[in-house]
Amino acid sequence: MGKRTALRSTFSVAPPALTISGLSVAVILLTLFTITVGPYPLSVGQILEALWRSATGLGDAPAGQIDTVLFQVRIPRVTAALLVGAALAAAGTVYQGLFRNPLVSPDILGVSTGAGLGAATGILLSLPVIAIQGLAFAGGLITVALVYSVATAVRGHEPTLVLVLAGVVLGALAGACISLVKILADPYDQLPAITFWLLGSLAGVNPKDVWSALPLVGLGLVPLVLLRWRMNLMALGDEEASALGVDPRRLRILFVAAATLITASVVAISGVIGWVGLVMPHIARLIVGPNFDRLLPTAMLLGAGYLLIVDTLARTMATTETPLGILTAFLGAPVFLWLLASGRRGW
Amino acid sequence: MGPIRFAAGFLALTVLAAAPAIAATVTDSAGRTVTVPDTISRVYAAGPPASVLLYVLAPDRLTGWPRAPHAYERPYLAAPYRDLPETGRLTGRGDTANLEVVLRNKPDLIFDFGSVRDTYISLAERVQKQTGIPYLLIDGRFENTPEALRLMGGVLGVDKRAETLASYVEDLFAELDRTLAKVPEDQRPRVYLARGPDGLETGLKGSINTEIIERAGGRNVADPGPDAAVRRGITQVSIEQVIVANPDTIITWDRNFYGQVWTNPVWRGIEAVKRKRVYLAPTAPFGWIDRPPSVNRIIGLKWLAGLFYPDRFSFDLPAETRKFYKLFYHVDLSDEELDRLIEWASGRP
Repeated sequence: MGKRTALRSTFSVAPPALTISGLSVAVILLTLFTITVGPYPLSVGQILEALWRSATGLGDAPAGQIDTVLFQVRIPRVTAALLVGAALAAAGTVYQGLFRNPLVSPDILGVSTGAGLGAATGILLSLPVIAIQGLAFAGGLITVALVYSVATAVRGHEPTLVLVLAGVVLGALAGACISLVKILADPYDQLPAITFWLLGSLAGVNPKDVWSALPLVGLGLVPLVLLRWRMNLMALGDEEASALGVDPRRLRILFVAAATLITASVVAISGVIGWVGLVMPHIARLIVGPNFDRLLPTAMLLGAGYLLIVDTLARTMATTETPLGILTAFLGAPVFLWLLASGRRGW
Repeated sequence: MGPIRFAAGFLALTVLAAAPAIAATVTDSAGRTVTVPDTISRVYAAGPPASVLLYVLAPDRLTGWPRAPHAYERPYLAAPYRDLPETGRLTGRGDTANLEVVLRNKPDLIFDFGSVRDTYISLAERVQKQTGIPYLLIDGRFENTPEALRLMGGVLGVDKRAETLASYVEDLFAELDRTLAKVPEDQRPRVYLARGPDGLETGLKGSINTEIIERAGGRNVADPGPDAAVRRGITQVSIEQVIVANPDTIITWDRNFYGQVWTNPVWRGIEAVKRKRVYLAPTAPFGWIDRPPSVNRIIGLKWLAGLFYPDRFSFDLPAETRKFYKLFYHVDLSDEELDRLIEWASGRP
């Protein structure tokens, strides 16, 4: 008990508004810093000059590849890291609230596995990158839609339990299909591509990817923000929620759809990245408590900052890329174990 | 495991082969002594590299392909053999072969061509014990190609053909050595192998996937340094790392990547793209760079040397391709087949 109180007092000294604005400033500073880091040497002066040039249209033509690196590679990649991190954390927060279970990650209903199957199929068919991303997006949405229809078809049980079970079963089935695709794939050519995709990476991100994922994530966030108070009621359980005048079934389908859209649109550009959606909502809950109103922005800021740090490591640690899925797990697992050991319950 | 053992194995074999109806012993690249029957009419190739080696030497001995040829590969394989069944691979990792299917095919010999590591040695021993079929392991390193051809040629009793192919390879190696002796390291092209649909997978210098680049006299830009303790294999890189490396030559076999590299803004500024030195490697019936790492890389080696050193290394792409496909793959290419095969292999006009 003493430890728990200590934790709470360490994290909750500041009022939530202050915490959120503090985090925002930290993420902005981190973003500005990471734009200056990378294998291509760019000084702060060169970056400011390039930004000034692109904003005003004044100045000399850029020397070398400065503009390409900055506007086509580094800024899109940093933006993508922020977007993917925030999106996964948001989806994780929603799922954990819906299922009233802190061990739930955005993949609970099979969205990443479905997306993985879509992408693996695209690679097997030697499709262009854009089609692979489209198939990944569709695969994620279709899997969750199937899970939801199976769960609604099965009546007479606790609805969230059936949903989770259907998610586990169909997720495992999609996983088996991925293995089948891997067996069919060319071991010298397509198999490594599938493996890398399943490990997650932002190495190939370009501005178009960011522009295609951003509106979809925004669209998914709208219901979450508008209905944030009802999310708190959902966390009380179906009976209490019904007693308080909300329709838990309709709300659940809306939240699941929103969180799935968010996850599928970022997974399509980044590949499978675990841990962010599982761990970030936890840390957010430690800091600001379970109120969804504050929890959502806090988790998103934490997720954005975390993935930005991890991705900066991934692109600067070695002369080649380190897959994100590996790094997030190496950094995420100890944090998660510590959270488990500290014994604090979600709510 | 060195050339002496090969020679010894080969010698032992030729001596013993002189006495018919007596099983011969062969020493394979792992130093294992294996007793093989005198006449070998059916051979099971354990993986794609082995199937290529067997196909170029004696296609009539193949029991099947590790993976059935794709539709676009079929015209480049000789008629009866392209219809052989798929028999799976037996390489200890991601096996798709069923031992019962292997046995049903009644091979006189199983062999694998590639890395001779402990994993593969133990697999060979295990399968040999389980099935009672002799299992040979042949070192698949590029430099070992002539020896591998001769060793297998001896085992299969096609020494003359093996000699023809082996001397083709040796002549090429010798010609390359002569050409490259005059080119200092810092004047060699800086090459990036773009793999995967977005071109951001590559093979590190020193890996089997890219050894063809150094052999043809290029410098692989994906070089972690000679002493770096990293696994030399296929890896992912970011576009920023490619921009920093700024290769002057890019080779790939991915058509999706090749199609968009010219217009993609992030690739456009790279030296190789600006100088239009991006080349698409043919992939049928086997890849020219890799896929699988076997005898099929020999034509790729000639092609790359011609691209890297147009003034020093004379290479007539259509004529040499025709000759190689006739000699190694037993096919006469029609003009249309040849055009389709080597489209963009000399870059895009």
